[in-house]
Amino acid sequence: MKGHVHSTESFGTVDGPGVRFVVFLQGCPMRCLYCHNPDTWQIGKGELREAGELIDELLALKEFLKGGGLTVTGGEPLVQLDFVTELFTLAKKHSIHTCLDTSGVTFDPDNTERIDKLLALTDLVMLDIKHIDPARHKALTGQDNKNILAFAVHISEMGVPLWIRHVVVPNVTDDEHYLYELGHFIGGLRTLKALDVLPYHTMAKAKYDKLGLSYPLGDIPPATKEQAAHARDIIMQGLKDRLRKK
Amino acid sequence: MKNTFEPEWEGFEQGKWCGSVNVRDFIHRNFTPYEGDESFLTGPTEATKKLWQQVLDLSEQERAAGGVLDMDTKIISTITSHGAGYLDKDLEQIVGIQTDKPFKRSLQPFGGIRMAQAACEQYGYKVDDEVVDLFTRYRKTHNQGVFDAYTPEMRTARHAAIITGLPDAYGRGRIIGDYRRIALYGVDRLIEDKKHQIDTSLVRMTSKNIQLREELAEQVRALGELKTLGMIYGCDISRPAKNAKEAIQWLYFGYLAAVKEQNGAAMSLGRTSTFVDIYIKRDLDKGLITEEQAQEYIDHFIMKLRIVKFARTPEYNTLFSGDPTWITESIGGVSVDGVPMVTKTSFRYINTLNNLGPAPEPNVTILWSTRLPINFKRFCAKMSIKSSAIQYENDDMMRVIHGDDYAIACCVSSMVVGKEMQFFGARANLAKCLLYAINGGVDERLGIQVGPKYRPVEGDYLDYDDVMEKYNDMMEWLAGLYVNTLNVIHYMHDKYSYERLQMALHDRDVKRYFATGIAGLSVVADSLSAIKYAKVKVIRKDIEIKNKKGEVIDVAKNVAVDYEVEGDFPKYGNNDDRVDRLAVDLVKNFMEKIKKHHTYRDSVPTMSILTITSNVVYGKKTGNTPDGRKIGVPLAPGANPMHGRDTHGAAASLASVSKLPFRHAQDGISNTFSIIPDALGKDDKVFVGDIDIESIAKELGGDGNDG
Repeated sequence: MKGHVHSTESFGTVDGPGVRFVVFLQGCPMRCLYCHNPDTWQIGKGELREAGELIDELLALKEFLKGGGLTVTGGEPLVQLDFVTELFTLAKKHSIHTCLDTSGVTFDPDNTERIDKLLALTDLVMLDIKHIDPARHKALTGQDNKNILAFAVHISEMGVPLWIRHVVVPNVTDDEHYLYELGHFIGGLRTLKALDVLPYHTMAKAKYDKLGLSYPLGDIPPATKEQAAHARDIIMQGLKDRLRKK
Repeated sequence: MKNTFEPEWEGFEQGKWCGSVNVRDFIHRNFTPYEGDESFLTGPTEATKKLWQQVLDLSEQERAAGGVLDMDTKIISTITSHGAGYLDKDLEQIVGIQTDKPFKRSLQPFGGIRMAQAACEQYGYKVDDEVVDLFTRYRKTHNQGVFDAYTPEMRTARHAAIITGLPDAYGRGRIIGDYRRIALYGVDRLIEDKKHQIDTSLVRMTSKNIQLREELAEQVRALGELKTLGMIYGCDISRPAKNAKEAIQWLYFGYLAAVKEQNGAAMSLGRTSTFVDIYIKRDLDKGLITEEQAQEYIDHFIMKLRIVKFARTPEYNTLFSGDPTWITESIGGVSVDGVPMVTKTSFRYINTLNNLGPAPEPNVTILWSTRLPINFKRFCAKMSIKSSAIQYENDDMMRVIHGDDYAIACCVSSMVVGKEMQFFGARANLAKCLLYAINGGVDERLGIQVGPKYRPVEGDYLDYDDVMEKYNDMMEWLAGLYVNTLNVIHYMHDKYSYERLQMALHDRDVKRYFATGIAGLSVVADSLSAIKYAKVKVIRKDIEIKNKKGEVIDVAKNVAVDYEVEGDFPKYGNNDDRVDRLAVDLVKNFMEKIKKHHTYRDSVPTMSILTITSNVVYGKKTGNTPDGRKIGVPLAPGANPMHGRDTHGAAASLASVSKLPFRHAQDGISNTFSIIPDALGKDDKVFVGDIDIESIAKELGGDGNDG
């Protein structure tokens, strides 16, 4: 089976544990204001590649991937759910650790058969929660967050290990109240293994220029490590308060 | 050698090393592997801080003075040419500098008087007339000898830079004396051993045997001078070192004598840390010194290595991007019976990057094995991120060839310490050779006939089979010319600038490598790939040939000077076999051509894919290439893919490089790797990677299930 692939990276070190072979799939329904890969938005573009071919490319690098594995990201990988399922099926045949990096936006709580098939082949999900507040989520991404949060709970119920990611954008996603609420929410996810708070950076500006797009966040400065660490502390506070005996 | 147990050896396990020069046996019987972490390490002492500040101040003054602080113009540097010199005598634990003043560069005319003059004039100094007279009228230099014997073809090839960086006007270097022998045995025993070697050498007077006997006599003389050097600093190094401080000092005197006598392109140290550790551990166990003192010895020793300096010409500095000394120290590795040779002193050496701050010298080189202790691996990784000053070499591959007492000279050249040496051969530019194949031996920049006048490529487009056939012929020519040029160089270097002290710290019957090298690997691989998988159009032009004055004396007609690539092609560095195989074949092919030729002193031919800095200069001297690279764009360093063409990330890039066959490039394959720390993984200051909901809930007294 063929999928629309944006690119591959043979030395991914920030998309899951260890050194990972990262497949960037093409196409995403979200339009996050801080997206750093606007070149992966358009659905149906990219290079058409066989799943088997990508796995071969990975296997040629297996020596480098000890302790790591395969990460599929995007774009939004679940736009091509069946293709990801095939990739993971092949990966599992070779005992390769599989990680799905997703926004969860395509999740449909009433129709989980296909996604459950994929989750059964997934060793780790990295779920990016952009904003805990529905209205603000919509403003930030153009999409509702109801199904995303439902997906988080679903992953946890399926017993699949989960990392939650959150990007801290000054004045956009760093409101302490909502960070706390986010922490409170993820405290309920039984399979949560890590919290990955990412400081917003402006390195994608050049990409927007190249694509002839205006940069939506204008002059908002990049977040510092200190701001990210502070946000993390508040999220962790929310998480702990939920778990504290009342 | 007498078989007596010296009093200085008390506490060491005896063995073969007591009755013959055998440092490896000593190490293996006495070293203590360390598998712990770096927590035992100590910071710099007050004395270290003060001395290092002095070095920093002197460096600043040197920069302000235009690159050189002071130079000898009259005293010719020899092992005993100068009185004692210090940074601060009262604070220095390890003493000895190249001249009588720190940062004063010595005068070394044996490689070539004109180089020595040029180096001085560059910084506003002038070599004493008497010295110039001496080395032009009475004493011939290496450089003069070489040019007496060069053929016109060799001179032209050198001028056009198809063979380049040749050590024909400067010291060849890349020889590692086994400086540890001085500490373990004392100089008197080594002299005794050398005399025995002379007494048992062949007496049938062939030129080979005469050469050996003369060299051994010179070695004995050098060892005598080495003792005098010790005395100049108040140390009696005729006897073995009795403690750690002496062991480091004795060893350093050997290295110091070598750099006082030779200004080789790479003056590497060897593999000393685990040897030194045996002495440090003995002193620590006896309670004679503290950890702070042990680290102080190492810091002061490394500090001395950091201020080794030579007088170089601007051309030399351009070629090597500065004036590096390549004082490579090899650390770690695993013994042939599987024991990691990491000791606490391996950590102490690396810790100088903390205590004195990062620096390119000495060139700290980790002999990396998958079997090194995890704590040591972690420490190395951490220090790499912190300092960007550590080089890694594959011990698992080199151990198969050299065993477990080899070291690296320069960047990648491996040799067994005290038993193997090499004749450094700079490199042949294979990218330029490809252009010669296309142009029938005409240089694409100068327009002159450099290579043989073979039939050039005709037609508007390059045909892969046609180009390959012509390229093979041109490489055949280049290999022969290159090897013969090196034969001249090394004959003359032995004759006029023999490394008597360094060779005195070798066995008599050394194995010699004939270390050739290539430049332009990735450019050639990509060019061949472009020719094979895309369409490459040739652009031809007439080139004016100019004489030295810049006057046009002739015109070369229809020279291929540029290329237009139509379509895409696989590029080396993406783990794509279609092109990687072209690189692999090239290495094997050229090495096989090298091997066909006679090499000086029965040396074993090897090859390196190395250029770490000189690729920039080579790029300036190599015309436009069929991969689309333009003249002046640097060739990639060593075996690296061309800059920006490896588009699939580091692992794919490294996988391409790792396909290159080590047995055809035994002198080493280098890959320069830079990465921003953030791309190496999660920032542990922000990332929370150990969440376990159940246990957090338990800790907080909840059940974690409140919904």
